[in-house]
Amino acid sequence: MNLESSEVKALAAAFEGAVKELPTPYDIPQVEVAASKLHAVCAWLKERGFNLLLDIGGVDYLPRAPRFEVVYHLLAVPSMQRLRLRVMLPDEEHPKVASVSDLWQSANPAEREVWDQFGIVFTGHPNLTRILNPDDWEGYPLRRDYPLRGPRALHSEEAPADRNRFHPIHFDEN
Amino acid sequence: MSPLEAMARDRKIDVRDGQVVANDQYMITTVDKFVRWAQKSSIWPLTFGLACCAIEMMNLVSARYDLARFGSEAFRASPRQADLMFVSGRVSNKMVPVIKQVYEQMAEPKWVVAMGACASSGGVFDNYAIVQGVDQVLPVDIYVPGCPPTPEAVIDAIIKLKEAISKGFVKGGATLS
Repeated sequence: MNLESSEVKALAAAFEGAVKELPTPYDIPQVEVAASKLHAVCAWLKERGFNLLLDIGGVDYLPRAPRFEVVYHLLAVPSMQRLRLRVMLPDEEHPKVASVSDLWQSANPAEREVWDQFGIVFTGHPNLTRILNPDDWEGYPLRRDYPLRGPRALHSEEAPADRNRFHPIHFDEN
Repeated sequence: MSPLEAMARDRKIDVRDGQVVANDQYMITTVDKFVRWAQKSSIWPLTFGLACCAIEMMNLVSARYDLARFGSEAFRASPRQADLMFVSGRVSNKMVPVIKQVYEQMAEPKWVVAMGACASSGGVFDNYAIVQGVDQVLPVDIYVPGCPPTPEAVIDAIIKLKEAISKGFVKGGATLS
């Protein structure tokens, strides 16, 4: 259903062609925003009262194209209006979108999480480093083509007890 | 009073049926045995919880289970004062350097109990983030099965560890690479 929200109509009018309202199953209006216009849309929304960025999430829709999507949840205090922005990222090899951490401080760790788990680059982020995984981690674990067992998937024949350095198991060769 | 009984009274020696049976001024043992007795009698665990097993570990010192009966009620917040580390829960890859450093800060002799399925083998978390058993990074002395183990099971592990210490089966401590 479309909620006929006045905010969404004003937003769609201000960014002709870059913003499209999507049907929503809940009472939070959601709009699809073109990746190139995301920062401008966010700045516009912040000026009009959306002063709280609740969360940023990444989604991997493999095998759909475009594959990656970034979802922003906004809240306006004190009017308590909510808005969800969904940004489809066209480039599958190097997905990237502008950082909004200059608008909302809460975007800083949230964007690091999305980069850490999905490999989506937020251009302009002040410190885009690993936050959940170890610093020297390779790969992006929440991508759907990432093996569940991670690096261990490469040598799956080995049982964990075989690699116990302190109590090694010696199998009889015969 | 016989001369022997008079002498026994003066020197505080127990005499029964005309035989000297005990001298309560000193006991004789070996240093090794005595040290092991001291080590096993007050194993202080480290205040160190990783996951849901830590909730069961906290119950150990409550009135119902009363770990003080076995000399292990003093959970130490500093690894330098602790003898025993309960690895209570799943160990993530990011936790490995932390857990190694805490283990190295503990003074020897020191022991490790892998509490529950996750610490022993990774449990149900056969994924990229979880170490498949803490024995890949630390030398484990006792494994406690269960998900989570009951506090009774952990008490049983402590009693088995005490037996092993007093018999000299476990020395406690290893150099990590």
